[in-house]
Amino acid sequence: MIKAQTLKAAFISFMLFAVFLGAWQLATLPKDSTTLAAADAEYAALMGKGAEKTDGFPPPAKVGRAFVEYLSDPFYDKGPNDKGIGIQMAHSLARVGLGFLLAVIVALPLGFLIGMSPLLFQAFNPFIQVLKPISPLAWMPLALYSLKDSSISGIFVIFICSIWPMLINTAFGVAAVRRDWINVARTLEVNPLRKAFLVILPAAAPTILTGMRISMGIAWLVIVAAEMLVGGTGIGYFVWNEWNNLALPNVIFAVVMIGVVGMGLDMIFGALQKLVTYRE
Amino acid sequence: MSAHFLTVEALKKVYPADGGQANPPVFEDIHFHIDKGEFVCIIGHSGCGKTTILNVLAGLEEASGGNVIMDGREVIGPSLDRGVVFQSHALMPWMTVLGNVAFAVKSKWPDWGKDKVTAHCTEYLEMVGLGHAIHKKPAELSGGMKQRVGIARAFAIQPKMLLLDEPFGALDALTRGTIQDELLKIVQATHQTVFMITHDVDEAILLADKIVLMSNGPHAKIAEIVEVTMPRSRTRAGIHHDPQYYKIRNHLVDFLVNRSKTYAGAEAEMFHDAKNPPVVQPGLEAERAPVVSLPAEKPAPQLKQVVNQ
Repeated sequence: MIKAQTLKAAFISFMLFAVFLGAWQLATLPKDSTTLAAADAEYAALMGKGAEKTDGFPPPAKVGRAFVEYLSDPFYDKGPNDKGIGIQMAHSLARVGLGFLLAVIVALPLGFLIGMSPLLFQAFNPFIQVLKPISPLAWMPLALYSLKDSSISGIFVIFICSIWPMLINTAFGVAAVRRDWINVARTLEVNPLRKAFLVILPAAAPTILTGMRISMGIAWLVIVAAEMLVGGTGIGYFVWNEWNNLALPNVIFAVVMIGVVGMGLDMIFGALQKLVTYRE
Repeated sequence: MSAHFLTVEALKKVYPADGGQANPPVFEDIHFHIDKGEFVCIIGHSGCGKTTILNVLAGLEEASGGNVIMDGREVIGPSLDRGVVFQSHALMPWMTVLGNVAFAVKSKWPDWGKDKVTAHCTEYLEMVGLGHAIHKKPAELSGGMKQRVGIARAFAIQPKMLLLDEPFGALDALTRGTIQDELLKIVQATHQTVFMITHDVDEAILLADKIVLMSNGPHAKIAEIVEVTMPRSRTRAGIHHDPQYYKIRNHLVDFLVNRSKTYAGAEAEMFHDAKNPPVVQPGLEAERAPVVSLPAEKPAPQLKQVVNQ
């Protein structure tokens, strides 16, 4: 039953994709060359490129060629402006991973503390509320100025954007642990460390993981923009570089890759979330 | 001064008010005691502070006045000496049944090895008839089975006293009956001292040696202490054939329906001494007049008059 539905859904997905490709192909069909101005034709001849047009939006086949080309050799390195997609992705993932990890190290203990103490929660709350809505990229100039390194600034931006959902969810999850479970721990005279790790952490884990998942989603959104800004390496820089080359097939390829990797990251956190979720 | 295992003196609880005027105390002037091996049930309408009293005994809540002395020491916080069975079973859903009990056992005996803990837990889980389900998660169990795990967890730490907060309140009648039987068996075998809240008159008669009746809150007090004079070898199947059973039952229901609201105010105090609530034995009433054990110099309370007013 469910399997049949999956099959049907897969079929519909495939059809949607086919329709999309068809529409794309139709929209990018080469225009009638007679409309070409004489001067343009002359210019083209001068440039020695014949009738080949480079200015139109690329048709699917051309983008497909970019996919094959990049995916067949993802890890080549031919200097700073020509690296394989795998290497660029790895740079982005490393930045996101590092910034995210730093955020975990800060947000979990702090969230625990704030969640346990209503007093601290109230004291920290105004800061959190002000800092949370700041676009992470707004920190970039300050980061560049004080850290003096574009790569570390990128990591800092990821750190600052992924800390808030985690901090808030951890505090909320810890504060909302059922009174009964805390009371059980109290009547058993469980020491604070054991209580934190064996009662509060597992009880709050689903909420904490939800926060992490949101954080990771935001971090992946932000890294592209951050790398466009600071340049050097990474998938964001790749997109910007290919835009400067006016190589739209490569840009489309990179955009799709960003989506695929983002989905993969989300799936990892989805699986982790499932792992810690408990049924009552 | 107290030779009793547990003594409760002048216990009082006032919850802080939101506005300007102070809240009236939920209960005040609560005096009672429990001897070792006794099974005491407390009955009263909602809002009379039964759960608060139990939480104070457990050390989970602080009283506004009075004190609780158990085994010669004042109760000032939660302790492994007192096992608590919560109304909502309070099992940790991310642990298995065994894990839940082991968590308690490891808290009591931190230096026990893994095998010893497992053996100990299994023994108590088998005692409540759950030997087959030790590796299941609480979510896979029925309500009755979950409550049994809660009971096993409380017994497994071998507390000096067991506190049960309406443990069977959320169960259907059939399940409730079987677990009552099991609890009865275990308590008779272990001579555990138990303090239990219940709303169920039959449950109280089946299980208790003494039933503490509370008047309605606010200003709730202990109205009476009913001694269940039937022999301790009771069974759920046979108890209602005992001639005492209906006398006790009628007495309790009569109290809950008619008399529980008549203990508030100054008038009641003329007839009622909260420090020494009357101890009655309605089960033996036909043979002699109500046995009232009060200090000799005090006249027996004439509660019927209060009712008539």
